[in-house]
Amino acid sequence: MPDSLAPNLSVAAVNEPFRTRSGGRIDRAKPLSFSFDGQTYSGVAGDTLASALLAHGVHLMGRSFKYHRPRGVMTAGSDEPNALVTVSRDAGRTAPNLRATQVELYEGLSAISQNRFPSLQFDVGGINDHFAALLPAGFYYKTFMWPRSFWDRVYEPVIRASAGLGKVPTAPDPDRYLQRNAHCEVLVIGAGPAGLTAALAAAESGLRVILCDEQSELGGSLLADTTSMIAGKPARVWLTETLAELATFSNVTLLPRTTGFGYYPHNHVGLVERVTDHLASPDSAQPRERMWQVRAKEVVLATGAFERPLTFPENDRPGIMLADAATTFVNRYGVKPGKRAVIAAANDSGYRAALALAEAGVEIAMIADLRRNPSGSGYDAARRAGLSIETGKTIAGTSGKMRVDGASIASVGEDGKVWNTQDIGCDLLLMAGGWTPTLHLYSQSLSKLKWDDAIQAYVPGAVAASQALRAAGAASGAYGLDAALSTGFKAGAEAAVAAGGDGVTTRVFVTISAEADASTFLGAMPHNRDANRVRAFVDFQNDSTAKDLKLAVREGFRSVEHAKRYTTTGMATDQGKTSNMPMLGVMAQAQGKTIPEIGFTTFRPPFTPTTFGNFAGAARGDLFDPIRRTAIHHWAEGQGAVFEDVGQWKRARYFPRQGEDMHAAVARECKAVRSALGIFDASTLGKIEVVGPDAAEFMNRMYINPWTKLGVGRCRYGVMLREDGFVYDDGVVGRIAEDRFHVTTTTGGAASVLNMMEDYLQTEWPGLNVWLTSATEQWAVIALQGPKAREVLAPFVEGIDLSPAAFPHMAIAEGRICGVKTRLFRVSFTGELGFEINVPPSAARRVWEALYAEGRKHSITPYGTETMHVLRAEKGFIIVGQETDGTATPDDVGLTWAIGKAKKDFVGKRSLARPGMTDPKRKQLVGLLSVDNRTVLEEGAQIVADPKQPKPMTVLGHVTSSYMSAALGHPIALALVEAGRSRMGETLQVLVPGKGSVAVKLVSPVFYDAEGASLDAV
Amino acid sequence: MLSDIVETTAIDADGVRLETLPAFGRLNFRGRAGAVAAMSEAFGLALPEASCRAAIAGSRAALWLGPDEWLLLMLPTETDAVIAAAASALAGLPHSLVDISERQYALGLSGRLAATVLAGGNPLDFDLSTFPVGMCTRTIMGKAELAIWRTEPDRFHIEVWRSFAPYIRGFLREHMREFGA
Repeated sequence: MPDSLAPNLSVAAVNEPFRTRSGGRIDRAKPLSFSFDGQTYSGVAGDTLASALLAHGVHLMGRSFKYHRPRGVMTAGSDEPNALVTVSRDAGRTAPNLRATQVELYEGLSAISQNRFPSLQFDVGGINDHFAALLPAGFYYKTFMWPRSFWDRVYEPVIRASAGLGKVPTAPDPDRYLQRNAHCEVLVIGAGPAGLTAALAAAESGLRVILCDEQSELGGSLLADTTSMIAGKPARVWLTETLAELATFSNVTLLPRTTGFGYYPHNHVGLVERVTDHLASPDSAQPRERMWQVRAKEVVLATGAFERPLTFPENDRPGIMLADAATTFVNRYGVKPGKRAVIAAANDSGYRAALALAEAGVEIAMIADLRRNPSGSGYDAARRAGLSIETGKTIAGTSGKMRVDGASIASVGEDGKVWNTQDIGCDLLLMAGGWTPTLHLYSQSLSKLKWDDAIQAYVPGAVAASQALRAAGAASGAYGLDAALSTGFKAGAEAAVAAGGDGVTTRVFVTISAEADASTFLGAMPHNRDANRVRAFVDFQNDSTAKDLKLAVREGFRSVEHAKRYTTTGMATDQGKTSNMPMLGVMAQAQGKTIPEIGFTTFRPPFTPTTFGNFAGAARGDLFDPIRRTAIHHWAEGQGAVFEDVGQWKRARYFPRQGEDMHAAVARECKAVRSALGIFDASTLGKIEVVGPDAAEFMNRMYINPWTKLGVGRCRYGVMLREDGFVYDDGVVGRIAEDRFHVTTTTGGAASVLNMMEDYLQTEWPGLNVWLTSATEQWAVIALQGPKAREVLAPFVEGIDLSPAAFPHMAIAEGRICGVKTRLFRVSFTGELGFEINVPPSAARRVWEALYAEGRKHSITPYGTETMHVLRAEKGFIIVGQETDGTATPDDVGLTWAIGKAKKDFVGKRSLARPGMTDPKRKQLVGLLSVDNRTVLEEGAQIVADPKQPKPMTVLGHVTSSYMSAALGHPIALALVEAGRSRMGETLQVLVPGKGSVAVKLVSPVFYDAEGASLDAV
Repeated sequence: MLSDIVETTAIDADGVRLETLPAFGRLNFRGRAGAVAAMSEAFGLALPEASCRAAIAGSRAALWLGPDEWLLLMLPTETDAVIAAAASALAGLPHSLVDISERQYALGLSGRLAATVLAGGNPLDFDLSTFPVGMCTRTIMGKAELAIWRTEPDRFHIEVWRSFAPYIRGFLREHMREFGA
């Protein structure tokens, strides 16, 4: 060891009493400072929050969910149920419920514990532990049944306040999240020995390979393996060389800190890469996280196995952890998890941990092996090392408050009889309960799991249709380093061939390593205490015990899916990684069945908790949804327009002048249009060019109107129905040529109308020679409306005679304006003389400003959608979606005149003939005048004959549009009223919530200029 | 002007550049076999029959967008002449030819990371073996439609509708930020 490192070493040794002097994958020369619950600690680069706290002897990292029992770190990985913490950089960068075992330490990291008040050491909620008898399984369902009135005011608020672990931050999240789609032939999830060799094999085929792993370093179990030899080299050296070899392949993408969280149909796999969470000062150019959406031809799951805890009384005290976690803390992080250890072993991993701990100087008080006759390399090595081994031993209980201080070890007979309890002092109690293959993703793919009696575990079964995956190594039930390396390579090679690659040379990985061991114990361990009083925890995070599960079985919850929900076992944020198999074991015991008879619960994404930011990706703020603006938008903005959203478009709603509210602005705009001239941006209207020799025939079929005889250069108001006969869209249609129509649609309907037309064309009438092209954005549309419209427009137009005789109402012509092409419509949605000037968007602003400048002579007034709505309502013109609601026929809204009576057919025609559609009592469009001549009605308000009638009232209809009419000097409204046209002159009542009703008179819906004289203003 | 609705300055990052391409004349051509041959003649370029493939000749290009649909690109000054030539060449042959020069505009995305940036909002496989030079397709970017045409191994021609251009530009820029944009 170089002398220059010596000072740092001594610092670490002094400040971190449980740090080993050497070894591990940490860098003792890079000290880091961090805080936990406000107290400052030291750690080193390479630590996790959990390992750094353990270096200080801190095991207590959280309080349990229900009983608020003190809890310590139990695992060293993503299966951690207890050590959940909140890590904060600032108010918006606060992440709750992170596993301390996965939080990489950085300088200045600030973490706090959860589910405690006021502090981790003294927690008021801990009183729950004393009332545990009152909180049995399913207490949620039993306790809060009565009185009913208590639910809203007492039970729910109290439950909500006491439930949950970390707190959700309320400040906006300032971090960025991105997504990336990726394609590969072979995706390998898990970079332990099996994943590494799988990637090696696939890489050699030349195909694209992605290898990801949730940990900060690739290597899996090899990161904590200090004893095995692979190909004649220490495992650590082999790992370094293998990663270097993989890095030389340009076809291989290596993704550490990347969790495969979801497996979706057709080998679509979601990965989340934590890009900056481990950095002290993240670069704001980098996303915090990146969701990879991978479409893989073949997937290899090398996800390893989770160690099983043992279910013995008080198995949840701080200082009680999984055996393999202890091995990892010692070997990988250079941390001793205690001074004096008892190891409860049902599997050789207990011996491996004992040897690693002993090597690091931890006293091994006893290895208490549940098995009567253990054997094998681990056992032999422990004996050789002179460790105290007792066989046929169970754990009858533990002691200690904030930390385990002793274990009661008892002998257990073949018959389960327990005697001879002996208390042994310890500050560390390890559980070696055997292994559970990690098959979350395998199960998520809907592939089957099957029970393997030999290893007492579920292993991969039949692969789901539409998926292509295989498991390797411990995930496949092949335990041990030898099997991991060989099954991994084989799986990678097979996946490559299945994905179309060439076969690869076989490689043999000769190892010297511990023998594989599949021994396990599932279910509650035998003990000689009162089974109704002791708690042996099954789900540590949700605080459910063997006793709870047995109670659930007694109460009739036989199905594991029912018992799971009743007791909440396996339903915490860890999704039962450590609790599922013990739960099955206890349920099998309680029902006298085997585990495969019990079945298993469904695995669902995500594998570990995944941020919402990942799913949102870039879709926030301005990129949440496209914001569409017209060519006139910035001009309108400059004029102080107030905009409204219409679909994705921003439309100018009104143009307030100094001191004006909307009503004043709209009244002024309305007057200007009726008296002189208004200018309006109608660019957002949908436009579809219908072209081909069968264009008129197609129009005849799609619209209710007749089109055959519409002359070239003429327009018609068209109405389109759905097949059910209800109005779907409307708009003016101009005939540009015999075989060319310029169709306009509503702003919001543009895309769906085109889709519906295309749908009919492709599926019903493929033989028609007609084609549809969206022209919405080919043309910007300037509406010039008012008596002075022609006078202002004329000087700019070339090639079109605008005289009333040559260019009457509903005419269309192509020509030029301000030197650019125009399609000029003479149409009016206001009732005034009007033109809609279609021009290329690139020239629209110029044309608009030219017209505006000329129009200043006549006080030209820009107006918005609100004024447009008032003006059209004065004329009784409907707006689809306002007067219609998807249940209005053409006749309901007064459009029977538009139907081409002679046409054989059109979309919706047959439906219009059904009796219900011709019922004279249907709701019909009428006008409403408030009898008091003052009240502007509420849109949507209900209309009744007698407001004093008992409820529920007979409702005759509702108000669809309501405005103050500047032109008429009184309010006007449109409404749909039952048999409305036969009620002209009647007085009805419009209900005003909380204020009684307003009397209204039913009148014609055309309020202004019924004769249409204004259309031809000279 | 384009700048009325969208910034047109190029965005540069390490390994990828997003720029606004010059104006094009654009025609949407629809028609059946006979008309396709006549249109090819009039356009001076055989419209590609293979799906999702583009053909180029001189200043003109034809992009296959559907079994009976092509996007024809040309210089803006050529558009009227092409329309006139088509009118006589296609007389009597059922077809549709619509000027959409102003409906959309073109972005260029280039550089070794161009495909990576596209992958931020599009699920297609942009590997050269599956999306070769000359391939074009209508597809999506985030929540907007566009057409993507690979003109060189590291260069894409993107067609977007005018009003979606700010969104597409912003979306691509967001995915270029980590590379220094």
